[in-house]
Amino acid sequence: MEIVLSLAIGVLSASGIWLILRPRSFQVIVGLCLLSYAVNLFIFSMGRLTLSAPAIMPKGGFVDPTRYADPLPQALVLTAIVISFATTALFLVVLIASRGFTGTDHVDGREREQP
Amino acid sequence: MSQHLIIAPILIPFVAGALMLLYDDRQRAAKFWLSLIATGLTLAVAVALLMRAKLGASEGAENIGFYLLGDWAAPMAIVLVLDHLAAMMLLLTSVLALASLVYARASWHRQGQHYFSLFQFLLVGLNGAFLTGDLFNLFVFFEVLLAASYGLLLHGSGQVRVRAGLHYIAINLAASLLLLLGISLIYGVTGTLNMAHLASMMPDIDAANRPLLQMGLALMGVAFLVKAGIWPLSFWLPNAYMAAAAPVGAMFAIMTKVGIYAILRLTMLLFAAGSGPSAGLGAGLLIGLGMATVVFGMLGVLASQSLGRIAAHAVILSSGTMLAVTGLALAGGGEWMLAGALHYMVASPLAAGALFLMVEPMSRDDGGIAAMLALTAEIYGAKADLPSDDDGPDGPAIAAGPALLAACFALCLLALAGLPPMPGFIGKLTMIQGVFDTADTSPWLGWAFVALLLVSGFATLIGLARIGIQTFWANDDRDSPVMAMEIAPIMALITVLAVISIESEAVLRYTDRTAQALHQTSRYAQGVLTAPRADDAQPPTPEDVP
Repeated sequence: MEIVLSLAIGVLSASGIWLILRPRSFQVIVGLCLLSYAVNLFIFSMGRLTLSAPAIMPKGGFVDPTRYADPLPQALVLTAIVISFATTALFLVVLIASRGFTGTDHVDGREREQP
Repeated sequence: MSQHLIIAPILIPFVAGALMLLYDDRQRAAKFWLSLIATGLTLAVAVALLMRAKLGASEGAENIGFYLLGDWAAPMAIVLVLDHLAAMMLLLTSVLALASLVYARASWHRQGQHYFSLFQFLLVGLNGAFLTGDLFNLFVFFEVLLAASYGLLLHGSGQVRVRAGLHYIAINLAASLLLLLGISLIYGVTGTLNMAHLASMMPDIDAANRPLLQMGLALMGVAFLVKAGIWPLSFWLPNAYMAAAAPVGAMFAIMTKVGIYAILRLTMLLFAAGSGPSAGLGAGLLIGLGMATVVFGMLGVLASQSLGRIAAHAVILSSGTMLAVTGLALAGGGEWMLAGALHYMVASPLAAGALFLMVEPMSRDDGGIAAMLALTAEIYGAKADLPSDDDGPDGPAIAAGPALLAACFALCLLALAGLPPMPGFIGKLTMIQGVFDTADTSPWLGWAFVALLLVSGFATLIGLARIGIQTFWANDDRDSPVMAMEIAPIMALITVLAVISIESEAVLRYTDRTAQALHQTSRYAQGVLTAPRADDAQPPTPEDVP
């Protein structure tokens, strides 16, 4: 499981970084999305990987914490997802506005002259 | 009741901003008064908190205020911490916000929607970032202030702003992801996100985990460096700050300082002398990057042709100075130097903010705003007969406007260049004194820093004087009016600078105590971890018992 997860994070971030370095604004937004998925998975893995372990402990008395998943990274991921979703939506609006103003989807608002 | 005052700088703008969202922009006048009242209240609270931080220290009692959210004991939940540095930054933010708000009333608030709400949310983010004692909470408040700043940067629309906004948002989203990576890495190694808890754990991290932890902290550091506008991560800054509307640019002058604040707070807390093998981590890098940034800002000031671009580079320059001082302090530069730097950090955003506010009245003859509006109109296919009556600035024009403006510009120039009557001079002088007083840092480094400090001040003087001559002397037919509503906040900021200069001794005493408090990390760390819960302090009232 560890190798699958780390491969997934690696592939997502590599594709994300490649895409945000591209000149088209749509590629940049997809790249940012992929990067945020990679980061979210990474936060999740920081709570250690557990299989079929609940995150919520029963009420009262001492419980063995090793039999439960760490709930904090899950809460952090939830916050991070909401924030990155909102900012990506905002970025999409700016992207469309830029396309409308400049008539091109190049990130600099103008095409580079062909040599 | 009074212990709840600490959270007021976050709650007041939050409630005001949310309330204003309920009404559309036909209620602009009411919205302005509401935000003026909210910002004024925040200012009053900031003054009260500053007094509390100051008095607490002089009585030798607890000089750090804590606020446990939800009344959970410290490392379990989020804690707000009010110490000297936080109180100082809160006051600085609200003074600048008040000036910027009044200025926006002149014309800018009409150029788009929900200006005042976004402005209040920006204050929520700024005040929260200064107050929080928790890493993830710091990320959340950074996002709040960035989300509001995206909206404010795009305020007024137009091709230039949208293009600069696109770059600004892309850079900041990527930086936020880095911040998140760093925070989660720190949590993975230590299992805590509380800054004080982390500081007390720093000496005991075992050797196998230390590289991971340091990598997490370094990732966070890169994110903060992007936000602080440090070379080579600062190329987005001049375009974005220039494109922003004048009152927004003035607020942005303090946004780079949030990045500096986070770096200063975290490095002093986590890499202090007592933190074992991690002590002084990255000090050399911070000094090098800071000095490179000063050089970059200096060359930018000399090379720029427009006032907006010079102001943006002046912001970069002051960020670089602060970063270099942080690095020197981390390498054992001493408290007195840091005290001078903090004095400088109070004065320079105010001066830079005033400069941003002056950009528009000074360049109106060149058709600054009119050209922008004409461009927008062209894109929408409307006739280019703007500005009509509705788009001109409000309020009475002042007869002696240009003369007043020139006087303000001259004083602002002196403050930014660090020349005698203005407070920039005292900050720089104290820094230079401090560098030579301590033997811990190498003398070559001290000399290099002092030389850079003086040369950069000289470059600022040349760059700004050149623009001033072009605008005020070489231009015979200046007949554009200067509005009372525009010149008043500029004069208020200059007056605040003058007061700082006159009351230098008090300000320096305060910043000196701030620097001492920053060096006594154990006090901060233990204070947070032993902060008393309200529940323990007083017996539960009958209503609390279900």
